[in-house]
Amino acid sequence: MPRPVQYNNKVKFEGIPEGYMGEGFMATNLEKMVSMARKNSLWPLPFATSCCGIEFMATMASHYDIARFGSERVGFSPRQCDLLMVMGTIAKKMGPVLKQVYTQMAEPRWVMAVGACASSGGIFDSYSVLQGIDQIIPVDVYVPGCAPRPEAILDGLMKVQELVNKEGLRRRHSQQYKELLNSYGIN
Amino acid sequence: MALTNDLVKQALIEKFGDALTDWGEPYDMLTFTAPKELNLKVLQFLYDEETLKFRFLTDLQAVHFPDNQGAELAVVYHLHNLQDNIRLRFKVFTSIDNPEVFSATALYQSANWMERETYDFFGVQFVGHPNLIRILNVEEMDYFPLRKEYPVEDQTRVDKDDEMFGRLHAKNVKNHE
Amino acid sequence: MSNHIILPDGSLEKQTTTLNLGPTHPATHGVFQNILEMDGEKILNATSTVGYIHRAFEKIAERRPLYQITPLTDRLNYCSSPINNMGWHIACEKILKISLPKRVDYLRIIIMELARISDHLICNSIVGVDSGAYSGFLYLMQYRELIYEIYEEVCGARLTTNIGRIGGFERNFTDTAFRKLEKFLDEYPKQLKEFENLFSRNRIFMERTMGCGAISAERALNYGFTGPNLRAAGVDYDVRVHTPYSSYQDFDFTIPVGTTGDCYDRFLVRNAEMWQSLSLIKQAYQKVQEFKGAEAEVFHADSPAYYLPPKQDVYTKMEEMIYHFKIVMGEIDMPVGEVYSPVEGANGELGFYLVCDGGRTPYRLHFRRPCFIYYQAFPELIRNGMLSDAIITMSSLNLIAGELDA
Repeated sequence: MPRPVQYNNKVKFEGIPEGYMGEGFMATNLEKMVSMARKNSLWPLPFATSCCGIEFMATMASHYDIARFGSERVGFSPRQCDLLMVMGTIAKKMGPVLKQVYTQMAEPRWVMAVGACASSGGIFDSYSVLQGIDQIIPVDVYVPGCAPRPEAILDGLMKVQELVNKEGLRRRHSQQYKELLNSYGIN
Repeated sequence: MALTNDLVKQALIEKFGDALTDWGEPYDMLTFTAPKELNLKVLQFLYDEETLKFRFLTDLQAVHFPDNQGAELAVVYHLHNLQDNIRLRFKVFTSIDNPEVFSATALYQSANWMERETYDFFGVQFVGHPNLIRILNVEEMDYFPLRKEYPVEDQTRVDKDDEMFGRLHAKNVKNHE
Repeated sequence: MSNHIILPDGSLEKQTTTLNLGPTHPATHGVFQNILEMDGEKILNATSTVGYIHRAFEKIAERRPLYQITPLTDRLNYCSSPINNMGWHIACEKILKISLPKRVDYLRIIIMELARISDHLICNSIVGVDSGAYSGFLYLMQYRELIYEIYEEVCGARLTTNIGRIGGFERNFTDTAFRKLEKFLDEYPKQLKEFENLFSRNRIFMERTMGCGAISAERALNYGFTGPNLRAAGVDYDVRVHTPYSSYQDFDFTIPVGTTGDCYDRFLVRNAEMWQSLSLIKQAYQKVQEFKGAEAEVFHADSPAYYLPPKQDVYTKMEEMIYHFKIVMGEIDMPVGEVYSPVEGANGELGFYLVCDGGRTPYRLHFRRPCFIYYQAFPELIRNGMLSDAIITMSSLNLIAGELDA
């Protein structure tokens, strides 16, 4: 007796960007197409150092499933990833390593600081902990929590997706972005 | 006859006599103090002696007592006799100006990193250690952070508003970026 | 190894390469750096560097009253934080000389064994991931979500639980918590059996893990190994049996022991311990259900000086209000003394060495962290093995970076 087929009607489909539709073609802005492609295929680099890393593992597992947002392939090589997710406390010993990983990433790249320790040092106001990774690299989204729930991490990912959508193609070449990187000492 | 704290104490006093002081049993764990020249001899005796058999080094750490002149740093050894299930603690005091203590790495491999951690935090120099360098902190650090005179927070921060944290002498606040 | 080209000593081609198995590496779970000296694929020597996540717990603890240290202990072994929390509370109860009612002990055992299962679950499934079998991890992580739901019912948090108080729990276990526990006890054994069927007699897994990272019992004892790693080497030392705490002596469980101490034995010991933990939880749950009536409402010890009084009393009675204020502001003075209190954490003997001088914060608090001590043996374990064996050895040792660097 075959199981009755069930259709999941509650799936949210990614809409088609606005453009001019015709018979067998569609004309739209290149920016819109590229943004849509980028935002739905963000490959994260999970820079997991401590407890938030375990919540990331739960996000990656089947219950919360980050793969539905396009982050199917978590990569560990900076050259191949778009989104650097820094999860966990960054000690001063680890700071240069984090900066090196960030500089190795290719443009366009985004950074998400997951958890209180990555955002601001968290509960560890001590001599050995870097008080927030924005002391050394520019951060796009901060996810608060200690440890943030997987839903919060997914919310952060969706905020990154919004940023990616609105970014445009020329931002990485703009003067403002270059000044931002210079202020961190990254050229 | 099952090994008890009193038998251990007797055996130690027979061997070392008055050199071991400050006997106590806080919360049922035999505790005593040994002079720092004898620490390896005590460890070796507890290891070799067939009735005692303390062959597991549970823990090795230090405590800083800034008020004890001449004996500020106490290196604390926790030992465990797994077969008779008895634990023991002994302390070795050393002064902060000359903090040299003999290293136990020849007897217990587990003492290696524990002594490095003690050196990193307190500055105790373990004589005979194969590789006594900092382990948990950054190598360039030039002070020993767990000593009582140093605070927890990083003193080089400029972005913390002391008034908000209840500190009365607020430094000039300059937000980063 | 018979295909290995043997070059004469001193020849130009026979040199060793240095490989940096750096702090950011997908397979080193946690930030550990190892600089390996290799001859082709064979590892000749290794130097470990730790401290990449040193957060100075011991220094921070010196200025925090007892309750504020519980969140710090959460972040030691974060895969099984309830064990750390309860170990710390047990150390405090020792020094404050508080004795607990049996029901509280049994409830604590339920939570601690759930935490042990969740830690062993991660460790074993990650050993699977590192040897290439990702699906075991996905199947088992589902059950971790069930354990998290039980924690949430009791204390409100998933991972960094800050569970319990000195003297018991903050609230009684609700019916929902017990229903969720029953659901877990129903469903998890089947999944664990399926996981074992996938891995335990799987030829590829056995050949990957047998003989790799082996250590003898004497060397393990000398290196200060404790926990499943020591039991896999053949020594049946378990703090729950040797120094019983929280009424473990009332329960009937065995200690699984291996023979060679290699990765396969560690995997099997952890699996067997998960079965033992399930049996312990069932026994504890049965014992808890035997308390009826007023006794079933007991969830903390009667010690108003250290356990926050119930809120309705705080608002109406004077004494309770004073106690509440003193506990929250941390103005309770501790007795002078020193105590070493060990508990059986998921990876070994987690000890708390607490020195108090009568003030409101500990004078010195030292965590005896099992990972820190047995990680010293890692260079010896991987010598003369291949690089892929080193990866499997590292993940089977169950190294948790937060605990190692404290």
